[in-house]
Amino acid sequence: MGMIKAAVPFNGTKEQEAELCAIIAELKDTRGALMPVMQKAQDIYGYLPIEVQTMIAEGLNVPLEKVYGVATFYSQFSLNPKGKYRISVCLGTACYVKGSGDIYEKLQEKLGIGDGGCTPDGKFSLEACRCIGACGLAPVLTVNDDVFGRLTVDDVDSILAKYAD
Amino acid sequence: MSDMINIKINGMDFAAPKGSTILEAARLANITIPTLCFLKEINAIGACRICVVEANEGRGFRTVAACVYPITEGMEIRTNTPAIIESRKKTLELILSNHDRKCLSCVRSKNCELQALANDLGIEFEGKYDGETQNYDIDYSAAHMYRDNNKCILCRRCVAVCEKTQGIGVIGANERGFKTHISSAFEMGLGDTSCVSCGQCINVCPTGALSEKDFTSEIIAAIADPSKKVVVQTAPSVRAGLGECFGMPIGTNVEGKMVAALRRLGFDCVFDTNFTADLTILEEGTELIERVKNGGKLPMITSCSPGWVKYCEHYYPDCIDNLSSCKSPQQMFGAVLKTYYAEKMGWDPKDIVSVSIMPCTAKKFEMGRDDQNAAGVADIDYAITTRELGRMIDRAGINFADLPEEKFDDPLGIFSGAGLIFGATGGVMEAALRFAVEELTGEKLNGEKLDFKEVRGTEGVKEASYNVNGLEIKVAVASGLANAKKIMDKVRSGEADYTFVEIMACPGGCVNGGGQPIVPASVRNFTDVRSLRAKALYDQDAAMELRKSQDNPAVKALYDEYLEKPGSHKAHEILHTSYVARKINKDFD
Repeated sequence: MGMIKAAVPFNGTKEQEAELCAIIAELKDTRGALMPVMQKAQDIYGYLPIEVQTMIAEGLNVPLEKVYGVATFYSQFSLNPKGKYRISVCLGTACYVKGSGDIYEKLQEKLGIGDGGCTPDGKFSLEACRCIGACGLAPVLTVNDDVFGRLTVDDVDSILAKYAD
Repeated sequence: MSDMINIKINGMDFAAPKGSTILEAARLANITIPTLCFLKEINAIGACRICVVEANEGRGFRTVAACVYPITEGMEIRTNTPAIIESRKKTLELILSNHDRKCLSCVRSKNCELQALANDLGIEFEGKYDGETQNYDIDYSAAHMYRDNNKCILCRRCVAVCEKTQGIGVIGANERGFKTHISSAFEMGLGDTSCVSCGQCINVCPTGALSEKDFTSEIIAAIADPSKKVVVQTAPSVRAGLGECFGMPIGTNVEGKMVAALRRLGFDCVFDTNFTADLTILEEGTELIERVKNGGKLPMITSCSPGWVKYCEHYYPDCIDNLSSCKSPQQMFGAVLKTYYAEKMGWDPKDIVSVSIMPCTAKKFEMGRDDQNAAGVADIDYAITTRELGRMIDRAGINFADLPEEKFDDPLGIFSGAGLIFGATGGVMEAALRFAVEELTGEKLNGEKLDFKEVRGTEGVKEASYNVNGLEIKVAVASGLANAKKIMDKVRSGEADYTFVEIMACPGGCVNGGGQPIVPASVRNFTDVRSLRAKALYDQDAAMELRKSQDNPAVKALYDEYLEKPGSHKAHEILHTSYVARKINKDFD
């Protein structure tokens, strides 16, 4: 296993920290405060790195593992920031039977990141999603708002090349 | 009898107390319903579905989890139908499909709840549902134990004991679905967390997923090396637990047979940690009286329990000056062995292998702490648990039950009843009171006056107050770290004005330590294990003539010949240590 480290260095600002502290102070004594605080924290920072989770744990006086357990249970929470280009590969039934799993694997290999990961330069992030309602185009992936359909593994390089800047 | 509820179990009429679960009621009717995840008071989550039974509350039989389902008037329960057996079997076969089934080489073989259940349920083929499996690295990062998630069945008993009993919560379930596994935040190794090494998680693990780091082979090799003097000490609680490794009833005192076994294993000297428990009382008692007289930091808090000490360093770093500077009895023993005793015998400390048998896993961490090397070499070379000793005895083919009763070697095997009761919560306090009251009043305590019953018993928090020659001594005793927190919050805020506080990391004290023989949940959930083991120690103390640490002739000789007097400069060099403030969450790098 080994400790999980974020691909991108944390560069939270004082303003972000003040905002999070205010929310923690507001919800601290409410039952079940952990989830709402984590959601707000993700709104503020865009993701939940160890630095942010530690602030939450210490602010709410709960073990860091408790925060991390929740963060890794729900797909709404991310341990990594989103890249400039967010690649989302549909692993819904239709896309999956048409081979989106292979495309997803190829992308992981090309980018050197796993599910929910972000490249160290902050350019690409990768995630799996379930059905974006374009089953007729299966297999499908999206890069930010662009949709790519009827894909094969060989299309991966040319798609990445479009976002070279 | 309005407090009783009438039910039918397997067709037989029966009455059980209101508020009972089906599991508890069935137990009273002499039926054990198998469980895996259930742990009384801390893990009633109904998750594993092994305890399913059929229950009818007037709307037909439904399958429910017995561990959490309360009985109601007129309820009919069936615990043993073919459908129920089949359900349990299927559940277990699915658990086994993602379990590393290397039973032959597993440390928990013969004492594994999963293995026992597979036998009881008549599992015919453990690989029935084999498919994709997880493959986890084993976490060896902690000094005292390892975690092999390939053997974990996700019962969460370890998580419950860590979070609820100990108030720490460094382990939990990460990820979800098939990827769910028990680990720490950001998958950091246990050794990088604020884990205090108490080992209570090992004691509740039903399988071989959690175990102490085993030093038995190293010790066997050292014994075989003629150039080494291999000296062993045994903690008070080991004699109250070891018999369980050989099928004896919980609470059997096996001191004599244990000594005989250690001698037959080939140790050069068989000594007793009780000796340095007595020594601790003189050093710690003197330190306390000095703090009281000279306006030192109060309350003074005991430092015998390395799990508690590490907890204090992580969670109350502002209170480390409250800790007694005394080393623990284990460390004092190693220090005395490699200085005083080595000189007396003309041995080079480098040739001594200092082994301790402990009911504790945190002792494996403690022996590696800084400032624990009085003779320039480590005070302790190997700290092993009661369980590891049991394994050594088995491996050597010693018929433990048939051994004669033998006595410890002199002089470091001489001890008082006060040193002996260190193993139970409140024992250090009582031993200290037997010393301090005599010291402050100048009167000899005898008979019933030696019993300080207010601080006995397995309650989590005990408080008492004594008027000694006009001086009011307020004491508190806590065991289990969630209980320690209650006291420490009051100490920190200044709300409590205790003089002296005893804290033990494990609930009930060392008799229930993380290195003691593992009691399966089926027994643990219905037996007061810690009281039974503690009784073995109190009974032995009551029958002893030597019941006060200050009367121990070997301790007196140690001071006369070597240390001068309690609290002397030399005593400080050899018997005292220091602590470090730690963080709960480590800094980022």
